[in-house]
Amino acid sequence: MKTTTKQKIAFAILFLCTVIVVLPVLFVLAVVIKNGWPAINWEFLTTMPRNNMKAGGIYPAIMGTIYLVSLSTLFSLPIGLFAAIYLNEYAEENMLTRLIRLAIVNLAGVSSVVYGLFGLVMFVTFLKFGVSILSGALTLAIMNLPVIITASVEALASVPYSFREVSRSLGASRWQTIRHSVLPFAIPGILTGAILSLARAAGETAPILFTVAAFYLPNLPHSVFDQAMALPYHLYIISTQIPGIPQQMRYATALVLVGIVFSMNIFAVIIRSKFRKKKKW
Amino acid sequence: MAKILTKNLNLWYGTFQALINVNMAVQEKRITAIIGPSGCGKSTLLRVFNRMNDLIEGVRTKGKVEIDNQNILEGDFSELVQLRKKVGMVFQRPNPFPLSIYENIIFGLKVHHLAKKEEFDRIVERALESVLLWDDLKDKLHSNALRLSLEQRQRLCIARAIAVAPDIVLMDEPCSALDPQSTARIEELMRELKKDYTIIIVTHNMQQAARVSDDTGFMLLGELVEFDNTDKIFTRPQDKRTEDYITGRYG
Ligand SMILES: Nc1ncnc2c1ncn2[C@@H]1O[C@H](COP(=O)(O)OP(=O)(O)OP(=O)(O)O)[C@@H](O)[C@H]1O
Ligand SMILES: [Mg+2]
Repeated sequence: MKTTTKQKIAFAILFLCTVIVVLPVLFVLAVVIKNGWPAINWEFLTTMPRNNMKAGGIYPAIMGTIYLVSLSTLFSLPIGLFAAIYLNEYAEENMLTRLIRLAIVNLAGVSSVVYGLFGLVMFVTFLKFGVSILSGALTLAIMNLPVIITASVEALASVPYSFREVSRSLGASRWQTIRHSVLPFAIPGILTGAILSLARAAGETAPILFTVAAFYLPNLPHSVFDQAMALPYHLYIISTQIPGIPQQMRYATALVLVGIVFSMNIFAVIIRSKFRKKKKW
Repeated sequence: MAKILTKNLNLWYGTFQALINVNMAVQEKRITAIIGPSGCGKSTLLRVFNRMNDLIEGVRTKGKVEIDNQNILEGDFSELVQLRKKVGMVFQRPNPFPLSIYENIIFGLKVHHLAKKEEFDRIVERALESVLLWDDLKDKLHSNALRLSLEQRQRLCIARAIAVAPDIVLMDEPCSALDPQSTARIEELMRELKKDYTIIIVTHNMQQAARVSDDTGFMLLGELVEFDNTDKIFTRPQDKRTEDYITGRYG
């Protein structure tokens, strides 16, 4: 066989594999859009559910998800970032820090239902926050910490050592150096990690199942100590728990959830490319 | 009077002794070259003068290093900041921050709170003028420094170092990434700069040391074997080892 023919075959196989990866995603998207789109309208997005969820909108679930995602990020981003800075810029390389790193990598792989149970024990019961937005957001934050820390450590580590060296040689303190010569150049990576974990927080059901999610609430939550509805759980309920829900509503709910997650990911990509263009080395 | 004076300076990386009883006196507003084979401790010695070795874990020093009669090896954080303001450094690889030319130069000013915002423009202009970049770059001060050529980048790094008005500029093989023409022009610049600054340059390149420096120190295995007028080192070295090195018997 000629080399060019071999090459063509190799490319064809590689291409096929790529298609196999992408195809199911596109297929799911197509099904969700096709079936869900007709049911999406202003009323669906902005009104409360009615008639035992069989009619009306999903407004409280959308708002609940937004509350949960924002509050959990408020906890996880600063804590994760500072932990990453400590690990990458300050911590000595010893048994303890190696152990911490190992723990973080492993925590990133723990199934989300485990975080849900942890949240139940820790926040709902032990700290007596009850089944509440606070408990749910904290649980999601804990789940996301390893992802944020790992992404941030990588982003910090990718900033050349020479930046730190120059900065110190010009008299900057350790913190000034991190603040002005390291962090600005690590932001794209940090943001990417943060936004990907946001998307995960928006989409997961298990961590919120025992800690915050409500089957149905007649009004929006008033404080962080109230329960809330949330999109993934709502989708789970209307898909499995209540018979006779119009097919369209399920797909429309799924579409909204996918849409939120998807736009967050797109947002991450845009921010990253923006920063990349500005700061190259 | 010596600008920098080392007295029985010893330095260890952990258990490895990298500097052994170094005694030298660097004169003000001259160019002092440090030469010697790879691994002999040139960079280590240079980095003692602005205490950059502090960044490395397990470094220990013994002896004295005086700059303007002040021992620099002891001293708390604020004295360290003052030391680094007084002693600037230029690295082997041109390493501007991936920021604008302007931001690169004012970096040190901001760290030391040296000047008000209104004065920045003037300082940037002066710094670029003294490295002969002003005419080329005055219209693109706000474009990214990484668009510059290697030589321009290295000049910018020199400008960044002198923007905070140091007395001493340390240069660790500043031309090793540059082509011969650029090297010649940077050497020219160094001669220009020595009117205002005391310069210490580490170099692998004996010709460069001979061309540019007033005094030369030859190091071998952590020891300063000989330190004298550059002319004298290159024409009448006192030590056999120096002679062997400059006549190329060490490779
Ligand atoms: N961080 C460090 N930890 C341990 N040993 C080191 C460290 N830095 C340098 N050394 C050792 O100290 C000695 C002197 O190193 P130094 O970098 O000062 O040499 P140099 O003369 O500048 O060499 P070169 O010409 O290759 O740059 C070398 O043997 C080197 O291996
Ligand atoms: Mg060196």
